[in-house]
Amino acid sequence: MNKKLTQKFAPGHSTCAGCGIPAIVRTVLDATNDPVVVVNGTGCLEVTSTLYPYTSWKVPYIHNAFENAAATAAGIDAAQKVLEKKGRGGKKAKIIAFAGDGGTYDIGLQSLSGALERGHNFLYVCYDNQGYMNTGGQRSSASPYGASTETTPSSGKDIGNELYRKDLMQIVEAHHIKYLAQANVAYIEDLKMKAKKGLETEGPSFLLVLQPCTNLWKYPTSLYVHYGKSATETNFWPLYEISAKGGSASGGENVKYKINYTPKERKPIEEFLKGQGRFKHLFKPHNKKVIEKMQKMVDEKWEELIKRSKN
Amino acid sequence: MRNGSRERINFIIYIKIYTSVMNNNKTKNKALTGGAAMAEAFRQINPDVMPVYPITPQTPIIETFAKFQAERIVETEIIPVESEHSAMSACVGSSAAGARTVTATSSQGLALMNEVLYIASGLRLPILMAVSARALSAPINIHGEHGDVMGARDTGWIQIFSENVQEAYDNVIIGLKLAEKTMLPIMVIMDGFITSHSVENLEILTDEKVKSFAGEYKPEKFLLNLEDPVTFGPVGLPNSYFEFKIDQGKAMERVFDMYKKITGDFHTISLRNYDLLEKYKSDDAEQIIVIAGSAAGTAKEVVDKLRNEGKKVGLVKIKLFRPFPHKEIAEALKNSKSVAVLDRAMSFGTTPPLYSEIVNSLHGTYYELLITSYVYGLGGRDIFQKNIEKVFNDMINGRYIEEEKYLNSK
Repeated sequence: MNKKLTQKFAPGHSTCAGCGIPAIVRTVLDATNDPVVVVNGTGCLEVTSTLYPYTSWKVPYIHNAFENAAATAAGIDAAQKVLEKKGRGGKKAKIIAFAGDGGTYDIGLQSLSGALERGHNFLYVCYDNQGYMNTGGQRSSASPYGASTETTPSSGKDIGNELYRKDLMQIVEAHHIKYLAQANVAYIEDLKMKAKKGLETEGPSFLLVLQPCTNLWKYPTSLYVHYGKSATETNFWPLYEISAKGGSASGGENVKYKINYTPKERKPIEEFLKGQGRFKHLFKPHNKKVIEKMQKMVDEKWEELIKRSKN
Repeated sequence: MRNGSRERINFIIYIKIYTSVMNNNKTKNKALTGGAAMAEAFRQINPDVMPVYPITPQTPIIETFAKFQAERIVETEIIPVESEHSAMSACVGSSAAGARTVTATSSQGLALMNEVLYIASGLRLPILMAVSARALSAPINIHGEHGDVMGARDTGWIQIFSENVQEAYDNVIIGLKLAEKTMLPIMVIMDGFITSHSVENLEILTDEKVKSFAGEYKPEKFLLNLEDPVTFGPVGLPNSYFEFKIDQGKAMERVFDMYKKITGDFHTISLRNYDLLEKYKSDDAEQIIVIAGSAAGTAKEVVDKLRNEGKKVGLVKIKLFRPFPHKEIAEALKNSKSVAVLDRAMSFGTTPPLYSEIVNSLHGTYYELLITSYVYGLGGRDIFQKNIEKVFNDMINGRYIEEEKYLNSK
């Protein structure tokens, strides 16, 4: 494997074949030449990279619990600040937290909110595979409407998940942080650019990265880039950035939305859904309305995004 | 040598040392609440990081400390977190990063931290937490009790009880060093309101003494040592997890020797004695009460009163609760005829926590003691001298009625 790629995160981890998480991790870590300290919430990345007595991490790493990656990062940030002030500090490290959607949208939301609001200096990266994949594919508040999951299975009577995905980007934006962006593992250059910006931001920054899960979206292992791309080509997962000059307490005046990629021709949502086991039931005739509704939701969201980006 | 003469000789030596200490140093006497006294110890230690979250009756500690920080009397980085769960999570991050880290909590806050308490001890992080012990909901109650700390007794933290404001102050200084020398987190416990909010006279050591006693925190492995990257918090499967836990157990056993060494050093700078147990007139006592926390003060008054009446009663006060000094307890109780254990907590479905430990301590010994259990003071209910006197008299008269095991209950 490319030596540069593995200088911070080694090969030999045990993520599933066709998992995009290592690509996200390496892209983010490679976006800076400064030393890094990694914080990791419990989840796929943590269990596949730290199986004692082995570790894939060639940089300082800490896993605390499921819901507290942001609070743990806050502690490290405070430690770094005070040690420098007291003359006991070393070279300044960038603090990067990685957690999944369960650890971010759901159980870790409070911890994230607190750390963002207090203005700690760290980059938080949520790899979003739209469910509790490490525990076998249960619904999270990141699971899309219409997805069949282990806790919202589709049946003759149920469409699967009947709830709408939480709009985490809006929630994070409401903390008036200086930089946040939505990215996708299938667009590595875009992700790298965003990670770089996040890491250069003073104070908290946030990346929400789509991570197609071969195992529990239920598609062949060779297709994660394909599904990543079709998520963006259908506008299901737009790539965009939100930046604010003022940062905390800027009151939102300087907030700028920027769409990073506009498909030449928006593909229908079916392009993204077809071939994924979790959406298979939607192609039955009686679920036609569910797909129509999904399409409507995607289009409305996109319109809203365009409107915001023009302001 | 009889105890009396040994005490007299010690007393003479004390006077000599004390006089010399007083001549050379400006040890100060102050009247402070337990909360303010603990904050004072924190000021002298000048910790690196302190995540804080308010909860009664702990809040005076962090409020007092925040004023020190606002005046830049300390250089501590305070993190005003959004919950106790995040307070302990930030403590883990900060301590692992290589910073000396303290916090404080009570009751529901301690319960909310519970998950992360195990992680702090499992990662061997010497975090110091002041606990103003308080009852747990429901029904909600803000007053002093040991239910909260007893609920955290198996989290792998050292637990040390304080009887009064002086001990609360001293235990912070002793506890910090004990934690860092054993690489285990520590709870320094005082009774909510009774100690945390009562003004008492205490002796404050000089800043220089505390600073030099605490020394610098130099962890062997830490996150911000960028030259030596370490993975904290890996996955341990059945082939390794077991040994991690055995090692943690061994680390706890090493606390006793370290405690003796550190309290010995502390005696040199303070002249205050912190043996593993406080044995109050218990050496020749026929009836002994075992107790932890502030009620020990009340019980000592009762011991004095009954001694004046010619009754051979005594008291054994628990300081370290985790690890628990079983051997020393067995030794301290072996000459008595009966023992009453007073718990300020319940353990629903079994016997109260301290009582269970005492029974454990005496298991397999050759002495035949009558050990009885009493529960007192739940949710801040007062305990009076007459209640404790009754316990002694019941022991003397060989009277124990199961229904009367709740002292001063209705």
